[in-house]
Amino acid sequence: MEEISSLLYGFQVALSYQNLSLMLVGILLGVLIGVLPGLGGANGVAILLPLTFTMSPTSAIIMLSCIYWGALFGGAITSILFNIPGEPWSVATTFDGHPMAKQGRAGEALTAAFTSSFVGALIAVVVITFLAPLVAKFALQFGPAEFFAVQLLTFCSFVGLGKGHPAKTIAAMMLGFALAAVGLDTVTGQLRMTFGTVELLRGFDFLIAVIGLFGIGEILLTMEEGLAFKGVGAKINPRVVWQTWKQLPRFWITAIRGTLIGCWMGITPGGATPASFMSYGIAKRFSRQGEKFGTGQMEGVVAPETAAHAAGTSALLPMLTLGIPGSPTAAVLLGGLLIWGLQPGPLLFVEQKDFVWGLIASMYLANVVGLIVVLTTVPWWAAILRVPFSIIAPIIVVICAVGAYTVHNAMLDVVLMLVFGVIGYLFKKLDYPLAPMVLALVLGDMAESSFRQSMVLSQGSISIFWSNGLVGSICALAMLMLFWPLISASLGKLRRGRASDTPQERPVE
Amino acid sequence: MSGGEHRDGSGARGPATKTIEMIVAAMIFIIGSVVVYDSYQIGSGWAEDGPQAGYFPFYIGLIICIASVWIFFQTAFGKLAGGGVFVSLRKLRLVLAVLFPAIGFVIATYFIGLYVSAAVFIAAFMRWQGKFSIMRILPVSLVVPVLLFLMFEVWFLVPLPKGPVEALVGY
Repeated sequence: MEEISSLLYGFQVALSYQNLSLMLVGILLGVLIGVLPGLGGANGVAILLPLTFTMSPTSAIIMLSCIYWGALFGGAITSILFNIPGEPWSVATTFDGHPMAKQGRAGEALTAAFTSSFVGALIAVVVITFLAPLVAKFALQFGPAEFFAVQLLTFCSFVGLGKGHPAKTIAAMMLGFALAAVGLDTVTGQLRMTFGTVELLRGFDFLIAVIGLFGIGEILLTMEEGLAFKGVGAKINPRVVWQTWKQLPRFWITAIRGTLIGCWMGITPGGATPASFMSYGIAKRFSRQGEKFGTGQMEGVVAPETAAHAAGTSALLPMLTLGIPGSPTAAVLLGGLLIWGLQPGPLLFVEQKDFVWGLIASMYLANVVGLIVVLTTVPWWAAILRVPFSIIAPIIVVICAVGAYTVHNAMLDVVLMLVFGVIGYLFKKLDYPLAPMVLALVLGDMAESSFRQSMVLSQGSISIFWSNGLVGSICALAMLMLFWPLISASLGKLRRGRASDTPQERPVE
Repeated sequence: MSGGEHRDGSGARGPATKTIEMIVAAMIFIIGSVVVYDSYQIGSGWAEDGPQAGYFPFYIGLIICIASVWIFFQTAFGKLAGGGVFVSLRKLRLVLAVLFPAIGFVIATYFIGLYVSAAVFIAAFMRWQGKFSIMRILPVSLVVPVLLFLMFEVWFLVPLPKGPVEALVGY
């Protein structure tokens, strides 16, 4: 098994003192970011990215990916104890997690959440270990047309799988592409949409957009909710953990189902948030305790947590193999790769074995370390949340400003960050999805260049996108995704026409 | 079309969601048309060696315009859900209570550097929003900038904007 030996080699890379301590730092920072409102996986990694410019890429990605795992763990703490989801993917965890905490079973709920996160992530890493090299090998045969088709599929999936209005998804996504196009066009050397200003030459950096949209935008939204956090105390001790672990194997079907949903949604860019909702919904429908969901069922914590963590982890698979991130945080990590001078895509597995396998090995280690860290340090994090928001809010604004400034040492970026913050606030309130916008901003240049290369190859004929079976079927799938809202709406209408007494379904969510 | 002021069931006052939705759609349309215009200007067709610089963004802009028109009219004719108040005035005041000081903080950074502005910003926010006593404001508003200073200027050697106060201590 080639993968096993590569993985063992990866462990050699990851198991140095420096990388292990970076892992621990990353996880602690990640949990902190996950717990604090306004700081999340995506903007937390974006803020810390400039600090890694001087590190080796392998150490840098290990630390930043650990921040991501930590944030995934941390989201559960606020959901269960405070009924405030620290991260969007932990919203579904509040449904049963917080009632459990109010019944005095906070320790159980937290242990169940962390353990299921761990299981979901671990299975997803195993999937990455064995699937990623295959996908990379397959993708080595891709030409520009195939790459564009895969990118098209990614973006069309947002329209098909997203919960929002399709026009809003498309508008947000295309705004991302438009922002990515601003500045110097690398192919022709022409200036685009700079309107004679020097500042816009550089274009819009996605890191600034991420910090503004997710950081400042989130702070503005949190302010609206009021400033008081009311939490439940958490006591967690080895006995509670052991008791909970004895109960958990009963929910193995839910866990496996959650993991599968998570892996699927992570690899196709559905993301962790819809995965957690879907897993919760399906668990509710199939569980024998289904009606009691929402009153503090442990199964209701297991389902969303396995899915969210599996999705968050497997989102790195398309990022590593195809250069297409499955989530906003993975998009920021991808941006990091470009900054460190690595070209994401299938060649990574051939040319950068240290990096790829070091990262994959670190994912195994980091999840074990993460589980131990969160189980032992929960009371501290709960204490941080008791700090009033009127202290936390200005500090987070300052941290975001510092993060935005350090990307290019430019004050204009800090101003842009505020503008993006207001946009993020408006968009979130009006249900414009932010993830496709960020992904489009990151992938804009790549998508454009693969589109152009295909156009050059075909002399401007769009027929290159169905010139062979592979690219044709990817494009067909993309079109299916794009028109899925229309298709499902008409299917719904047909079904209702046949049996008009069935309860009404909502055609487009 | 409803007016600017609106009351929802709970009696909260504020701008109607419908109005904001249409304003945002209109602004997105403007952005889209700027993209289309600019791409057309620099050439959105086919040069001898391949697509021109505006080729890709031209279609992007076009799709933005179509999507925003779609949203605008669906909202106008009530097809999009989401009635009621976009944000009640009471909540809007809270949002502006953090947005305006944050803008002030960024402007101040231009003149007196980031560290001092951060200290003032944190102190002012704690005083006005949290009603904290000076004994609790001082440590927080001083420790955060000092920690940032140590982390960026000393350990990671990443310079942040500095003003006259930092010049006094030799930076």
